[in-house]
Amino acid sequence: MASSTNDARLDSSLLLLLERTREVYGYIPEHALIGLADALGLPVVDVYSAATFYRGLPLRPHGKHVIRVCKSVPCYLKHNGSIIHAVERELGIGPGQTSQDGLFSLELVNCIGACDRAPAMMIDDEVFGDLTAERVTEILAGYR
Amino acid sequence: MPQKLLVLRNCGVIDPQDVKSYLARGGFKALRRVQSGMTPAQVVGEVRRSGLRGRGGGGFPTGLKWEQTAQSPSQMKYVICNASEGEVGAFKDRYILEKDPFTLIEGIAIAGYAVGANKAYLYLRSEYAHLAPFLIGAIAEAEKEGFLGIGGHRFGIELRLGSGGYVCGEETALMESLEGRRGEPRARPPFPPSQGLLGFPTVINNVETLMNIPWVVANGANRFCGMGTEESKGTKVFSVCGDVERPGVYELEMGSSLRELVEGLASAGDVKMVQVGGASGRIVPADKMDVALSYESVLGAGPVIVFDKSRDVVDIMRQTMEFFAEESCGKCAPCREGTQSMAETLARIVDGKGRRKDLKALEDLSAAMMLTSSCGLGQAAPYPVMDSLRYFRHEYEAHISS
Repeated sequence: MASSTNDARLDSSLLLLLERTREVYGYIPEHALIGLADALGLPVVDVYSAATFYRGLPLRPHGKHVIRVCKSVPCYLKHNGSIIHAVERELGIGPGQTSQDGLFSLELVNCIGACDRAPAMMIDDEVFGDLTAERVTEILAGYR
Repeated sequence: MPQKLLVLRNCGVIDPQDVKSYLARGGFKALRRVQSGMTPAQVVGEVRRSGLRGRGGGGFPTGLKWEQTAQSPSQMKYVICNASEGEVGAFKDRYILEKDPFTLIEGIAIAGYAVGANKAYLYLRSEYAHLAPFLIGAIAEAEKEGFLGIGGHRFGIELRLGSGGYVCGEETALMESLEGRRGEPRARPPFPPSQGLLGFPTVINNVETLMNIPWVVANGANRFCGMGTEESKGTKVFSVCGDVERPGVYELEMGSSLRELVEGLASAGDVKMVQVGGASGRIVPADKMDVALSYESVLGAGPVIVFDKSRDVVDIMRQTMEFFAEESCGKCAPCREGTQSMAETLARIVDGKGRRKDLKALEDLSAAMMLTSSCGLGQAAPYPVMDSLRYFRHEYEAHISS
């Protein structure tokens, strides 16, 4: 049937396969880029190109938990700088880095849609709003 | 003028995990009515007559989009609900999804019936992944109760998560992403009603647009037309944030004043300016806040960011343009290079290293980007800079001369 063929096309799309890969490894390793290209009969550059387009598909390993602090204007107005500093101080890492114990990575990201509770951040899929430096310490303690 | 709750009428009233509480509020009556006694053409006609326009920022007449899709000859058609809410300051779709998924599901099902689609995708931005299990549950509930696909009309709704990217809110970039490629906007025409997802006719509507549909069907186009202005019918949902006492989601009749929203409902004081429509939204200075919120004047997708008198306009613009430089997909040069160049120029001015000719350069770049960028991102990115140069030029000049 036409519709199920179409569903299959979307279900086996390159992007979904990359998502599955990320679920398995936590990132997209080089051998997976090459393996996917072989399996789909695509040039490796096409797979690389798709993977690097999306924020959610890192090519390097992340920490066990990914902390995403919002840096967009609504959070900026609510002094997100102090939140970023608090996370950096707690973990001893800067944006784009992973803590030595491999537990946390820190990223600065654009609007996460929690502006009514700015300043806000996400840890993995969970959103934390109305942050203060003290709250950040408490929250991170819960993940250790 | 108080709020007018049409789209948000069930938010905070029903239990979003319990379809029965939705049914008790008259839920799915519109869908039943459509399936039992209206032809697809009659549904499309009703939506056309309502004057409903796209709530995601574009403002395209919804009924016309549906009509074009319905009339495109094809065995296969799709409905896509755009829940890729990535605009800075936008959180109204998140609020709706959290509080009332069933009205949305009903709206999607009516759209499917009207255009002759058997399949719908609900495309949710990855930052809202925490809502995915809950939404999948709501779809399953509606299915279990027999509201999807009855009377010979097969219909299924599937949730798809994005992988991160502002530009994936642009309708054709979203389709590219659904198909598994880089989320770069397509050249148009062809438009989605003739060639959309996988090349098939597709209706793609914003969450809020679809939320209006059950009400329009249940209450009729005439009642919907009775609200709003000449070109903007019904209500609009806004998310207000920034320098306000009461940030949150508010729904107003179209044509209400920005001042009512910002000062009356969100309790802002000492306002310098308001940005209406997110990062690419227009700047409204405090003395022009009596403007009516409508497609005819200023509207956007719903985000409203308020800035008080302590804020440095040029610094805000620098932040905004850095956002665009990051989120530009890079496909077309005017947007890719223009946003980067504007971000650098604005940073230089904020750092006190600006030159007078920088202002002319910003204006020239803005004009070129608006004219030649291939999608809405690059075309609209210069708006706030242009507006702020118009209303707050003295702040730019103060940075430069100091």
